[in-house]
Amino acid sequence: MSPRPVVQAVVIGCSAGGIAALHHILPRLPADLPVPVIVVCHTGPSPTDLFSSVLRRDCRLPVMEAPERGTARPGHIYVAPADYHLLMEEDKTFALSADPRVNNARPAIDLLFESAANVWGEGLLAVQLTGANDDGAAGMKEVKAAGGLCLVQDPATATATAMPEAAIATGAADWVAPLDWIAFLITSLCFSSAPAQDCRP
Amino acid sequence: MPSKHERTRAIEVDLVVEALARRHGYDFSDYAKASLRRRVAALAVTLGCPTISDLLPRLLHDEAILPTVLSTLSVPVTEMFRDPLVFKAIREHILPVLATYPRLNIWQAGSATGEEAYSLAIMLEEAGLLHKVQIYATDINDAAMAKAEEGILPADQIAKYEDAYRKAGGTRTLAQYFSLGYGFAKLSASLKDHISFAHHNLVSDGVFCEVNMVICRNVLIYFDKSLQDHVLGLFEASLSRGGFLCLGSRENLGGSAAAHHFTPLDRELRLFKKSGEAS
Repeated sequence: MSPRPVVQAVVIGCSAGGIAALHHILPRLPADLPVPVIVVCHTGPSPTDLFSSVLRRDCRLPVMEAPERGTARPGHIYVAPADYHLLMEEDKTFALSADPRVNNARPAIDLLFESAANVWGEGLLAVQLTGANDDGAAGMKEVKAAGGLCLVQDPATATATAMPEAAIATGAADWVAPLDWIAFLITSLCFSSAPAQDCRP
Repeated sequence: MPSKHERTRAIEVDLVVEALARRHGYDFSDYAKASLRRRVAALAVTLGCPTISDLLPRLLHDEAILPTVLSTLSVPVTEMFRDPLVFKAIREHILPVLATYPRLNIWQAGSATGEEAYSLAIMLEEAGLLHKVQIYATDINDAAMAKAEEGILPADQIAKYEDAYRKAGGTRTLAQYFSLGYGFAKLSASLKDHISFAHHNLVSDGVFCEVNMVICRNVLIYFDKSLQDHVLGLFEASLSRGGFLCLGSRENLGGSAAAHHFTPLDRELRLFKKSGEAS
């Protein structure tokens, strides 16, 4: 039986304080990360371009806005465009939606997490970072229900604690870790392998 | 791998899609699944169904259910002058070209509650073109269109849209195009008279007239690649030579068969011009 990576995709959600947290985490991911990293950050109506261009300068992985109907490829970081929800289709392509705000947010973390759980199931790692509302908590429950892994930033290290606290309160978190550990945890989970049969119920 | 629960839900959504197509003649099978699944789940909640499959008897036997279904599955979200820079570019670069034609037809596809059609009418009025324009605003959601036809918005919405109107190059006030009263704002009849709201399904209906501009924003994102190609083909066939196509700010012509008929006018803002010759 050939070993398969435990994690096949990483989704990250954050809001207030999120851009700084992402700047801490994403540049620490190695250039040969074997999975796609997909990010929803509530940035407000327009600064995604600036945001992804600064990240692009500092990251070893290519950073881009998630392209409508494009495929999520390993070793790439994708950021949700401003003012659209970002969802995953079963064929691992990106779908955008202009539907009303969810949890007062567009993009909403819940929509990315839920749709990605549907696609990757137990192969998904969901990461919830700093933020001031509870967007992402319902999505994290779905990730857990589909057999995926959940990592939450320790609220003690978060700029805004509501979002990681809401995620922890769902009981879905496999790990609660300080900001400094998150890039390392993501990396090790993406590189560790397990025999395929061990991953199935 | 999706879980058993997710696989069950996928079957349920497929059954709903089949019931809608065979019983009501609305084919959602080429809609992008991720959003469709959310909307079908929302429909189940709206109709008080505990699971998605509980929708099936209602869809099959309830004669009066179609308007509710279409309203929920095509969530009407629209604003006046959403993405003001797009409207500014239409005002500055497209309207001067359209001004040279003796008569103009404009097709706004997926008009929902009409705010975008109102925005166009206002810009055409300000450019002195409205008298020779017919705007066709189409949708599958008759309830939303009935609202669009009324032309009535909450007055505080107008105040909210003033900023976008100005960013779109507006130099007057938005309020002057509405009559205000009782907390509501009614679009002036002289603008609304130039807009025809009509039922049209991009999936199944064809070309209905020759148009000089198609504006269809944030509709294609809900379609899968094959339906996107089909609809772009429909737009191409409807447009006159040199006509303009405006898509949503993250939508693309991609590798569609229609793509080579268009040249980008502004790639960033998704404004395209139908090229002179078919190749």
